[in-house]
Order: sequence, then structure tokens, then C-alpha cells
Amino acid sequence: MQVGTAHIDARDITIAYGDFVVQRDLNFTVNRGDVFIIMGGSGCGKSTLLKVMIGLKSPTQGDVFYEGVPFWASGDDERDAMKRRFGTLFQSGALWSSMTLAENIGLALKQYTTLSDAEIRDVVNYKLMLVGLAGFEDYYPNEISGGMKKRAGLARAMALDPEILFFDEPSAGLDPISARLLDDLILELRDSLGTTVVVVTHELASIFAIGNNSVFLDADAKTQLATGDPKALRESHPNEIVRAFLTRGVPEANAA
Amino acid sequence: MNAALTCTTAPDNTLAVALAGDWLLGNALPGIEPVLENLRKSPAPAGIAFDTAELGDWDTVLVARLVSIRRDAEANGIAIDESGLPEGARQLLGLAFAVKEREGARRSARDIGVFEGIGEKTLRVVARSRDLLAFLGELVLSFGRLFRGKATYLRSDLVQYVQEAGAEALPIVSLISFLIGMIFAFVGVMQLENFGAGIYTADLVAVAMVREMAPIMTAIIMAGRTGAAYAAQIGTMKVNEEVDALTTLGMDPVDFLVTPRVIALIIMLPMLTLYGSLMGILGGTFVGLSMLDVSLVQYATQTVNSVGLNSLLGGLFKAVVYGSLVAIAGCQQGLACGNSAMAVGESTTRAVVMGIVLIVVSASILTVIYINLGI
Repeated sequence: MQVGTAHIDARDITIAYGDFVVQRDLNFTVNRGDVFIIMGGSGCGKSTLLKVMIGLKSPTQGDVFYEGVPFWASGDDERDAMKRRFGTLFQSGALWSSMTLAENIGLALKQYTTLSDAEIRDVVNYKLMLVGLAGFEDYYPNEISGGMKKRAGLARAMALDPEILFFDEPSAGLDPISARLLDDLILELRDSLGTTVVVVTHELASIFAIGNNSVFLDADAKTQLATGDPKALRESHPNEIVRAFLTRGVPEANAA
Repeated sequence: MNAALTCTTAPDNTLAVALAGDWLLGNALPGIEPVLENLRKSPAPAGIAFDTAELGDWDTVLVARLVSIRRDAEANGIAIDESGLPEGARQLLGLAFAVKEREGARRSARDIGVFEGIGEKTLRVVARSRDLLAFLGELVLSFGRLFRGKATYLRSDLVQYVQEAGAEALPIVSLISFLIGMIFAFVGVMQLENFGAGIYTADLVAVAMVREMAPIMTAIIMAGRTGAAYAAQIGTMKVNEEVDALTTLGMDPVDFLVTPRVIALIIMLPMLTLYGSLMGILGGTFVGLSMLDVSLVQYATQTVNSVGLNSLLGGLFKAVVYGSLVAIAGCQQGLACGNSAMAVGESTTRAVVMGIVLIVVSASILTVIYINLGI
């Protein structure tokens, strides 16, 4: 598949918890090979949108289309098959605490491939090397640091060579250097594997370093205010709030 | 120096509030009621001014009081003159009012009447029962997948659950069953000796243990031990997003986390029950031999003759039912757990309570069924 063609299409998505609408009328397109940023202030529903995209929460309206195939309108089996083409890195890493790193990464391989145990071990070793954790195969998640957990989580997300990688606040809780290294890793993976990347974050440094497309959610308007390249949005988006967010400034409306 | 607050009304009808002494957290402080009373007087004061010439040390407790005064004054449309306050306090006060309170964010504590409370509780029970039924449905589907060879779980997990629920529970099951057997034997000996029928203590202990006590006691032990552990394990995984991580890989959490645990208890509870029955009979024998004038052979023969295959299988079937109920209560509460450390504790408690309630209710139902079937 060619880089630049539409990969994920969100159409008319409305998300609500009970009667409480979090976001409505979301429409955006993620192209193949994009690093797509979902950004916005705290509590605007970024992570909830991510949950809708990876199948953890159903939207009250609208659907996400992957290569034109509706995600939520599909049956359970098709949806499970689609999910297997995603990899997700959760905010806390969410490694299965009762398993070693090797077992964490190997689980999906064991379930969904016909590889032998030795072959799985090789793949696991390689994935851990990619994220800089060679030699930590037999450690349990509670024996390694927060940054290492994130990287191990990334190795697990990449276990099945997914077409799309989702990241929930990858730099949260990381020191600036680790955050930077993770950003670099994301870009390298995108470039070498052609993976489409969707990142939920509000770290401006990350947004500009890796993002080439984005959607901006606003908590007050309860909908998206902008989509497009974050750098272009910073320069010339007509909406004050969007520019202020991206320049770490105070919107003039509030400052008055 | 003690904190003090005095109100005086100036000739131009402004209220002068004089603050004196140390206004510090932990000190005894005067209330602001005098100020509020003055604000409500009619005619209302034209404004409020502060005099802090005598004010000593102060911290945020002073600012918190000032916030209350200012809020009240603003509500009554009375101008407030902050120039008399120390510079820092003025800034802190400004900061507190810089961001407008978000509309609708404040939750007002509402008085709930008795009937409303009962209604809400009832609705909650209904909702919980519906959740439990939905969970049962999912579990049935999961077992369906298991038998079609489509379910995903780790065999090593099952082995571990079997070990945790089985072998590691032996000491506690031994102790409790042995003591229960002894208690039954004591009661039996005391009562039956009166009729010269002391030997029937053997029947009493054997029948009670095999049919009723061993299944129910073992199940209650397992509800407190394993059911609670299941709820806590799965609940913690939920809080940690580990369950979400399974779901996003297309693995069903029920297949992966619940089914092997249910199977482990369905296998292990009958075995533990069998073992518990033996321990109970052993305890009874111990008491019987020491208090009755019978030989071991007599007692053993009496015991063997009293327990038929029906009683034994009936007891084991009960154990299967209780085992699945304990596992279901634990796992359902674990998966229904909220997103905080508190929630894990709550779902663990609820798992044990629900497990025991389910055990006792099903025990009554099964007993009635058994009687009608003549088992």
C-alpha cells in the first residue's frame, strides 16, 4: 500500500458517557505512514477517542473506517481480526504483571501464529533489542523502571508487526531524554516499517518533533477545532485557542 | 498572640474589619460570623475595608476566610476594599478569583430521603443482578468457544490456578474440616448417649460431613481464599489497563482470565470436599473413640455403612456447583471493578459476600431438590 493514501477515516463520531457528551461530530482522516497526533487540553476526551479507535469503547454515533471497512459496524470476529493489526502502547505500559517480558511479548505470537517456541523466542529477542531492552527477557514488569516498562510495552505492541501503532501519552512520566528517545524510536519505526502511528499527547515538543497530521479537540466546544499538520496550525490557524495551545500562550479572549 | 477579629461601622457606613494577632493553621481562630451578620444588616454597609495594623503572622487560613467574606460581599453587591490587606494576601486572594468557577462543576450535597435511598439501593441491586446475568451469558459463550477449541488461554495459567486453589488450600481445609468433624461428634455423643445410641455418632458425622458440611465449609473457605484472590487479581489488572491490553489484541478477557479460573475451581472444589469429608470423619472418629466405648473397627464399619454412593455423589455435585459459583462471583466482581485502589478493595469484599450468599442460597435449593429426588 502506498504512503499517503487514507488509512483511517473517522466519520461523524460522537462519544458520550451515559448522557454526558464528551466529543461530538469528529471527522478526520489519517493517511498511511502518518504520525497523527490527537491533541487538546486535559480532560477533553483525547484518550476516550483513542479507546473508540482501538475498540475499548463504542461511539454513540458514527464509525471509524480502516481502509474503508467500518470498525464498529463489523461483527465481533471481523473486529477482533482488525484489532490484531493494531498495536497499542498504554499510558502505564499495562504489561501483564504475572508474566515476564518475554511472555508478555510472546503471548500474541503464541496465540495467533504457528511459530515454534524457539522461533517466538527469537522474535521476542529481536523486538526487545529494537526498544533497547536486550537481555531483559526474563524480568518481571515490577522489576524494571517506568521508562523501561514503556519500551517493553512498545515491544509488545509491535509483536505482531501491526499496521497501526497507537500511543496513549507516550511521554507521560518520562524524563526529557527518555521522552526524546521514544519519539525518535517512533519515527524510526514509521520510516523503516511504514507503520501508521496515532499518538495521544499534549507534549508540545513531541507534537512538533514527530507529528505531521493532527486533530485538535476542545473541552469547551466539545468538538474538534482543527485538523492538519501541527506546525501549519501553529503558524496560521484562524482559531485563537488552537494557536494559543500550540504556542503555549494565553488565548487573547481569556487574557482580556 | 491570639488571633482576633473586630467589626466597627464607620460614620460613612463602611464596615471596618480589624484583624489582629497570628492567623495560622492550627491556631484557635475567631469565626467570621460577625462580618457576615453586618453584611446582612439593613441598611447594608456601603463597603468593607480591612485594618491589619495589628496583624501578626498569617497563612492560607486567613486567605480562606477572606475568600468567604469576599464571596458573601459580592453576592450582596457590597464593594470590598482590599487595600488594607498585606500585599501577599491580596495576591493570593486575586489568584483564587482569577479563574472563574466552572459552571455546573460544584456538586451540592443533596439530602436523600428514606424512600429515595431505598429506591436507589433497589435499582442498584437490580442493575447488579443484570450485570451478573450478562456475565453468566458471556461465560457460557466462552465455554462454547472452549469446547470448539477456539478459546485462547494459557495451559500454564490453568495449572497454576489449580495449584493455588487446590494443593495450597489443603492446610486450612484440613484444620477446619477436622474441627467440624470433632464438633459434630461431640454433639452426637452428648445427645445420642442419652438413648444408648452413641454408636450412631459415626453415622451423624459421616452423613453430615459428606452430604452437607464438607461441601459448604470448603466452599466458604474457598470464597474467602480463592474467590477474593480472583477478584483482587482481575481487579488490579483492570486498574492497570492490563485487561484493556488483552482486549486490544483481540483476546477475550473472559476466555483468557475467567474460564481457566472457573475450570480450576470446578476441578478442585470436589477434590477438596472429598478430602475435607475424610478429615471430618477422622476428627469425628477421634472424638468417638475417646468418648464412646467402641472399637475402631466398630466405628469404621458403622461409618462405611452409613454413607451410600448417593450421598457421596450428591455431596460432590454440590461442590461442583459451589465451586463454579465462587469462581463466578470472584471473576465477575474483578471484571466489574472500577478504576481505583479503593474499587479493588470493594470488589474483593463484594466477591466474598456474593460468593457466600450464592453458596448458601444454592445449598438450600439443592437440599430441597435432593429431598424430593430421594437422594
